[in-house]
Amino acid sequence: MDTAFFFLFNGIVYGLLLFMLSSGLTLIFSMMGVLNFAHASFYMLGAYFAYQISTHIGFWPALIFAPLIVGCLGAVIERYGLRTVHRHGHVAELLFTFGLALLIEEIVILIWGRNPMPYSVPSELDFALFEIAGNSYSAYKIFMMLVSISMLLFLYGIIARTRIGMIIQAALTHPETVDTLGHNVSRVFMLVFGVGTGLAGLAGVIGGNAFVTEPGMARALGTIVFVVIIVGGLGSLTGAFVASLLLGVIQTTAVAVDVSLADLVATVGITTSAADANDLMHKTLSQVAPILPYLFMVLMLISRPRGLFGTRDA
Amino acid sequence: MNRHIRCTGILTALALVGAPTALTAAETVRLAYIDPLSGGFANVGNNGLAHLRFLADRLNEAEALPDGMTYEVVPFDNKVNASESLIALQRAIDQGIRIVVQGNGSSVAHALVDAISKHNRRNPGEEVIHLNYASIDPALTNESCSFWHFGFDAHVDIKVAAIAEHLANRPDVTDVYLINQDYSFGRAVAAAAEAFLPEARPDINIVGSDFHPLIKVKDFSPYVAKIQTAGTDAVVTGNWGNDMSLLIKAGREGGLEAEWFTFYVGLLGGVSAIGEAGVGKVKQISEWHANVPNAEMDEIVTSFKAQYPDFDWYYYRLGTMMDMLTQAINDTGSTDPEDIAFALEGMRVDTPIGEAWMRPEDHQLFQTLFLATLSNDVTHDVENSGIGFVTDERIELDDTILPTTCEMQRPS
Repeated sequence: MDTAFFFLFNGIVYGLLLFMLSSGLTLIFSMMGVLNFAHASFYMLGAYFAYQISTHIGFWPALIFAPLIVGCLGAVIERYGLRTVHRHGHVAELLFTFGLALLIEEIVILIWGRNPMPYSVPSELDFALFEIAGNSYSAYKIFMMLVSISMLLFLYGIIARTRIGMIIQAALTHPETVDTLGHNVSRVFMLVFGVGTGLAGLAGVIGGNAFVTEPGMARALGTIVFVVIIVGGLGSLTGAFVASLLLGVIQTTAVAVDVSLADLVATVGITTSAADANDLMHKTLSQVAPILPYLFMVLMLISRPRGLFGTRDA
Repeated sequence: MNRHIRCTGILTALALVGAPTALTAAETVRLAYIDPLSGGFANVGNNGLAHLRFLADRLNEAEALPDGMTYEVVPFDNKVNASESLIALQRAIDQGIRIVVQGNGSSVAHALVDAISKHNRRNPGEEVIHLNYASIDPALTNESCSFWHFGFDAHVDIKVAAIAEHLANRPDVTDVYLINQDYSFGRAVAAAAEAFLPEARPDINIVGSDFHPLIKVKDFSPYVAKIQTAGTDAVVTGNWGNDMSLLIKAGREGGLEAEWFTFYVGLLGGVSAIGEAGVGKVKQISEWHANVPNAEMDEIVTSFKAQYPDFDWYYYRLGTMMDMLTQAINDTGSTDPEDIAFALEGMRVDTPIGEAWMRPEDHQLFQTLFLATLSNDVTHDVENSGIGFVTDERIELDDTILPTTCEMQRPS
């Protein structure tokens, strides 16, 4: 049972990291109606900036500055890139973000090279905090969890409780009306894009050293983030939150289950030949665990195209 | 880097088109280097290319080949993809190149072995020889062996057998966990471990064996939890790239005390990504590492670093390979692949750290192996990380020899 708790905990931490990425993506989608393909690239930039800053002035300043730089960069890109392209419709925007993702990856390779960066967890947090069933739990994981949760509360506070939050909510659904009322909707868009990419940058700062900081990191996480927002429902923050946790937990707990299709049919009395361990029947759930999110997405699109909490069809 | 290489490749190709026959065979021995030079594994392929160019330059300077002949390395990008490799092979053959050097990806090696035997059967007198410096699926020198293929790296079974020999004298290790990538190479590692470990020490328990999809897993902590719960003393893994770095980092985070027996931790990027997490815990089985004391190699390590600051000297076996090739050309006075192949069979050469032997029955190279552990107190570190290898055990050539099932078809 303790082990189960451990797996659950792991899943939640991973899920919260996913949420930091997907929250920005889903907000940007609901405002501009465009999927930002370059979103995970900002995650990567966050990690690289944090690494660079931490080699000079340490991890803690990097935790503040790297997301700010990424956010500002995002805002500038929205102001001078995306907004110009916006006039030419959604396809142009989509292509723009797609190109941006490739561009950022190449620039990162140009500056930092193809090899992983030695970006490591700060020594203050590099110890085991507690132990469950012989598995120790590092302080850094808990720190990641705390950062994600406080970010989440902060975001919720802004959107639900402040004036600017009200304007954002209104601009999401009725941009023309809000504009007519005298609010600068363009600036709200820029703000949301900046905050969204900044959040991705923050996820990069705390994820880059927990995992690996290398040029492929954006592509690796990019697909899974899309799965999250599609499962959660495009444009829905609550959906993104639930889907992040769900996918995080599914993916990590499935690893622990060594049950295959062959074992399943065996329980009802049909035995299959155990000749080839490589066939589909003998693949255990733990072997296919990393594929499950995609399976989940496909099933979701078939059964409920608008996702768990979505209001419009994908 | 990439573009540079591609340009050089195109220029070389143009130069060859310009002067079709005049300057072939007699003056230049051209080596087609077929490996990933773009895409996700470009750094690995470019590293090998830098090694090969460095060696070719040195041998040319030393006038190691007879009759004023020189080596030239012609790179072809295969993106570690079997069908791209076949196209590259055809391009090389069209340019009249008859010596192919390839390393990464056992699937690529298998594809090339098949294509080359087919080509050689159909084009007598225009045979191609395949020098493989890094694909280590045991099948390549066992059931799928070919007269035209030579394997210069110890294959999976040889490496795992060496690990098993080491564990035979380590009564403190009883519970071993296997975790590998879910494809032919990872499966070969797991199969070898399941065969050799209990044979070396009957009291060793294999407490678990996991396969995970290749380069798909971000968070290895659930796997680590499984390893931990199984009460593991040592983990054997063939993982490379991020699959290895992430696994070992997750192990450190989960407070896993077990030792890691790996194949590829010294390969580009591995040590940087793992960092301090690996010190004292992570071992590698390989034919050499930079801290094997040897003045001749120290010089190579330093001048290679000076010439190619992005890379560290890693492929010791490429040096052995080029020495053997050079000796074969000198012995026979011919650059014909068939003559070279017969000369390589059974060849013994003295390398800086010991003898190497190309077994005639299966064209598998046998050489001294080293089991080494990551340490932060070393003369030569890897990738300026301050971390490098120290030798635990040196395994002599004679102790690495395994039987083969190869039934070689030789040209009559």
